[in-house]
Amino acid sequence: MDDRRLRVLIVDDEEELVSAIGERLHLRGFSTSGVTSGSAALEYLNHNSCDVVLLDVKMPGLSGLDVLRRIKQEHPEVAVLMLTGHGSKRDAEKGMRLGAYDYLVKPVSIGVLVQLLRDAGSGQRADKKK
Amino acid sequence: MTEETSKSIVAKEDVPIAHRRYRKVLITTVLLTSVVAVLPLVIMTGVNFDQYRDAFNFEVTRPMLRFVSLGQQSMSTFLAERRLALGTIAHETTLEELEDPNALGDILGDIQTVFTDVIDLGLIDERGIQVSYAGPHELQGRNYSHFDWFNAVDIRGNSVSDVLTDSGGVPHFNIAVRFARDDDRQHTLRMAVNPDAFHWLGDFETFGYRDQGSECQGCHSLGVQTSSDAFIINRSGTLQTSSRHYGESLRRSALPPLAARPEATLVELEDSSGNELIVSYADVANSPFTVVLMNPRTALGSSSLLRDLLIFMAISILLILTVVIGGSTYVVNRAREADLKRAMYYHEMEYTNKMASLGRLSAGVAHEINNPIAIINQKAGLLRDLMTWSTERPSSEKILSLTNSILSSARRCGRITHSLLGFAKHMDVEQQTINLDHLVRDVLGFLGKEASHRQVDVAFEYSGDTPSVVSDKGQLQQVFLNIINNAFAAVKDGGRIEIGIEPVEEQSVAVSIADDGAGIPEDHLAHIFDPFFTTKEGSGTGLGLSITYGIVKKLGGRIDVSSEVGKGTRFTVTLPIGELNG
Repeated sequence: MDDRRLRVLIVDDEEELVSAIGERLHLRGFSTSGVTSGSAALEYLNHNSCDVVLLDVKMPGLSGLDVLRRIKQEHPEVAVLMLTGHGSKRDAEKGMRLGAYDYLVKPVSIGVLVQLLRDAGSGQRADKKK
Repeated sequence: MTEETSKSIVAKEDVPIAHRRYRKVLITTVLLTSVVAVLPLVIMTGVNFDQYRDAFNFEVTRPMLRFVSLGQQSMSTFLAERRLALGTIAHETTLEELEDPNALGDILGDIQTVFTDVIDLGLIDERGIQVSYAGPHELQGRNYSHFDWFNAVDIRGNSVSDVLTDSGGVPHFNIAVRFARDDDRQHTLRMAVNPDAFHWLGDFETFGYRDQGSECQGCHSLGVQTSSDAFIINRSGTLQTSSRHYGESLRRSALPPLAARPEATLVELEDSSGNELIVSYADVANSPFTVVLMNPRTALGSSSLLRDLLIFMAISILLILTVVIGGSTYVVNRAREADLKRAMYYHEMEYTNKMASLGRLSAGVAHEINNPIAIINQKAGLLRDLMTWSTERPSSEKILSLTNSILSSARRCGRITHSLLGFAKHMDVEQQTINLDHLVRDVLGFLGKEASHRQVDVAFEYSGDTPSVVSDKGQLQQVFLNIINNAFAAVKDGGRIEIGIEPVEEQSVAVSIADDGAGIPEDHLAHIFDPFFTTKEGSGTGLGLSITYGIVKKLGGRIDVSSEVGKGTRFTVTLPIGELNG
């Protein structure tokens, strides 16, 4: 029942991906919002509270890492899950060092995503690392 | 740009492997070298032979002619002396004395003290009957009317006979003179002479003649012991003295009939036995005699020298040709192997670069393709969620929207894989008509994401009516991908890349790619097309521009580059418009 209260912000330049993941998480009881750029994400966080940010690494304009850095500075309480392509694993690992909770490689399994979001939301560190 | 350095690269020849070309090179090399080596040899041999023949003529033919000429003179003198003696006797002696065999015998005795070769003396009357005789045989009363020499005396007043053996088997010849006395009765005074008197003929040194040929052990003919043969023949070719080659006197020589020559003459002929001979001869005036000196051709060395020279030349030419052909084949084969190796390395290099390009590409492609797959994944997942998790069945519109979204993402994947396939085609030149606008746009499609992420402003201007070129699409894609990739690497985020296409010169199109990046220092500019030259430490292969350059050359075009440090770099690829073959 805690899940119901978990608020997730989805950040990806692919609008369709944002909406699909959003709907699926919503069906699973998450409270979701979506934006399609890094600056929009920061803007959202300035005005809304959120538990976990699902953040795409590679985006035009502000990159995922820039956004992560800013979130960690301005909203350190928010957990960040990085979302990457195969070619951007190095960026994702860099993100881990910058304080990301974990990272996921696209395309992601919804089960794994839900599990990670729950872990991140409850403040537990995942033991398994890729 | 105020201080612009510019460099144009001239076409390096592509690596040729055609077998026929090497064959042609080999043949040309062999022919030229052989001619250069053999021609002087042939000329020198010819000159040598010619000089030798001149010397031979001087050394061999002149002495022969001189010998015969001197022999002819001696013979003439010999005969003239005896004729004169006969004439003197005829005029100084009374007919009665001549008709008296005893008185005639006294006269013979006197003559023989001077001319030891005189055998006998005889007086012949008008009828041809020998009326008086002094000598070793019983010839008193002999009739000479049927002898040629006697008839000749009748006409000319004197004559010399051939060598005969009529009495006692002793060879001799007659010298006769005619005289008339007061009663007008004609008489003939005759003397027989032993032809052994011509022994001096074999004594070559008498006339300063040096024998030709090697010494002949046991040969005996007029004292001649060498290959040279001197003898006397009559007009019908019968030997008047013995000959080394043709045997004893009175046998027929095997010589063909010789044309009458009052002067010493040299002829080369073949006798009836097939011997090749050099013969000098001269007729002795007022006699049936011809003085002959002959040498076998072979003994004189002329032909054997020619043969030796030819053998020498043949062996030399054979040696030269062996060395030339062997050497040339070795060198050409080595060159061919080296070319093949170079071609192999070149292809390997091209392949390596292709792989490197593909590696770079695959990273971009993976990212490009991951997004639509992620969308498909999530949309399909949502569809399933709606079917299984939701209490209400989803509306048709919702299902349609999701499936459309899935299909659209699948098409996106398709487009990406299609572009990748086009790029990954093999490396042989495949001619097809290509619209450069489309080609450059396709290439930019690979890099669009990077451009947007890095906010690089890619200005691509094309007039829309640039002519198409006939070229190889896959290779041109690689060329432009390499150059544009380099431009992306050169510019900072937010930089600018300008691409322009315009027709230039005759039947050519120029594609220029200019960036406002760091620029290339002048000392690097000279090497950017060299293989393995790179400034991207750790990440570059140093093959990109080298391969790009090679491809453009192969396609018949050229690459120019100009750059200024701090201002940027401009690559211009000029391609021939070309025509489709067949």
